[in-house]
Amino acid sequence: MTFESVTYESIPHALISGIAISLVCSAVGLFLVLRRFSLFGDALAHSAFGGVAFGLFIGIYPLWIACSVAILSALGLTKIRQKFDISSDAIVAILLATGLGAGIILVSLTDDLDIHDIEEFLFGSVIVDTQNIVTILAMSGIILAILFFTYKKLLYSTFSEEQAKASGIPVDKMGYLLIAIAGVTVIISMQLVGVLLISALFVLPNVSSMLYGRSFKQTMILSMCFAVSATVSGIFISYQFDIAQSGCVVLVAAAIFIGSLIVKSSGLVKTAGIVAKARRN
Amino acid sequence: MIVDIEKLSVDYAGIKALEDVSFGIAEGDFLGIIGPNGAGKSTLFRCMLGLHTQYDGTIKFFDQDIRDSKRYLSQIGFVPQKPVVDRNFPATIREIVSMSQNSNDSKKVEEALQKVWMHEMADRRIGDLSVGQQQRVFIAKALVNSPKILVLDEPVTGIDVYNKDLFFQILGELNAREKISIIWSSHDLDAVERLANKVACLNKTLFFHGISEEFFSDDEMLKKYSETSMQMHMHHH
Repeated sequence: MTFESVTYESIPHALISGIAISLVCSAVGLFLVLRRFSLFGDALAHSAFGGVAFGLFIGIYPLWIACSVAILSALGLTKIRQKFDISSDAIVAILLATGLGAGIILVSLTDDLDIHDIEEFLFGSVIVDTQNIVTILAMSGIILAILFFTYKKLLYSTFSEEQAKASGIPVDKMGYLLIAIAGVTVIISMQLVGVLLISALFVLPNVSSMLYGRSFKQTMILSMCFAVSATVSGIFISYQFDIAQSGCVVLVAAAIFIGSLIVKSSGLVKTAGIVAKARRN
Repeated sequence: MIVDIEKLSVDYAGIKALEDVSFGIAEGDFLGIIGPNGAGKSTLFRCMLGLHTQYDGTIKFFDQDIRDSKRYLSQIGFVPQKPVVDRNFPATIREIVSMSQNSNDSKKVEEALQKVWMHEMADRRIGDLSVGQQQRVFIAKALVNSPKILVLDEPVTGIDVYNKDLFFQILGELNAREKISIIWSSHDLDAVERLANKVACLNKTLFFHGISEEFFSDDEMLKKYSETSMQMHMHHH
């Protein structure tokens, strides 16, 4: 098994793509975490793995097949969830297991498979291909723009589906939009951290920022800062110690979370809630 | 008429929730809907707000059938039953009020918050408020698009007396000063008698709709209401 660490030449590429991916993952992830859908990114990534395996099996560049497979299966299962009233966590489990199961079968059927290709998707790799970076930047820009223009509606339907529906917000369509955006985000991030670690970028920066953010905007900006810090530090640690980049990024994000918990419980930083309570008393 | 409901019937898997309910709401009405648990009050509201679409009969807002267009919803402010707010949801009161806003006019948000006396707390997290304060924020949220009518589904259940009185005072002012029609469901007969100018008494069918004083001065009607409530109460237990 080979894990890629960052080399001196690949630092600029890794930084550019890593920062873009961090921004998008933390922004999309905040909505998923608030909807109690934290593992949805993981489930999408695993079903995307089925798509990657299918792409390798038929000999086509697998990423966009993976994207379609992830989004279509997530949308299909969401429809099924609504129709048959199945819980969200069960849907996540189904998506996760089925994608991985299909992927394993397809991999076992693929002749002359370069195992390195599979490892890249499972554990992430250092992104050096210029075309890849352009795609990541373009997709990140589009996703952030969509979130910017729809965030009020997305936030409202995240806060209360019923109230949002009663205000005429197309709640179901907003849900589908979020799934589609999350699907594309997973595909572009899969290259940085891999299928197995993707939910870390969706969840860790957001859970850390929710400890401090008073408003939604504040929480999102803080989450983006945490995610970018984790990625940039992870890349440099990977270069310095010649260890796997994806693991470094995730462990730094986890360290930020643990640090946030310590700072919060020590009372060094007063959060909005605590200030509000103090003022009331 | 702002709202016109005709022959509304709903059944859930063969069990009647509402049967042949017809009434209207005129401009400026303050209508209290009373009825025991399971009388169909919430079902009525869900139908009016387009949340439940499997019904017979017609519901018209501003002379237009609500099945034809959802545009009427922008003229309605909805305040739900005791809100379930996640304590950790990272949003301020100002953000909660503005997320339902059709425009980006921050002045309207401030005005709505002032009407419910929450403007000084606008930057607090919604999860840090008491249930009573949260309900006032939800009125502000309902007011931000300058609605013609407010729909409130048992809004004061579980709220302390102080906040309940404040809540009713705000509703009274909105109805009297801003001429906003109000339709409000409640178990609290005293509050309905004090505030509402019209009463609708519901127990799957509508057995009274008219002037509030007529209902509360009719001993027969009150007796019938308490008997039905008691029966429903026994049925539920």
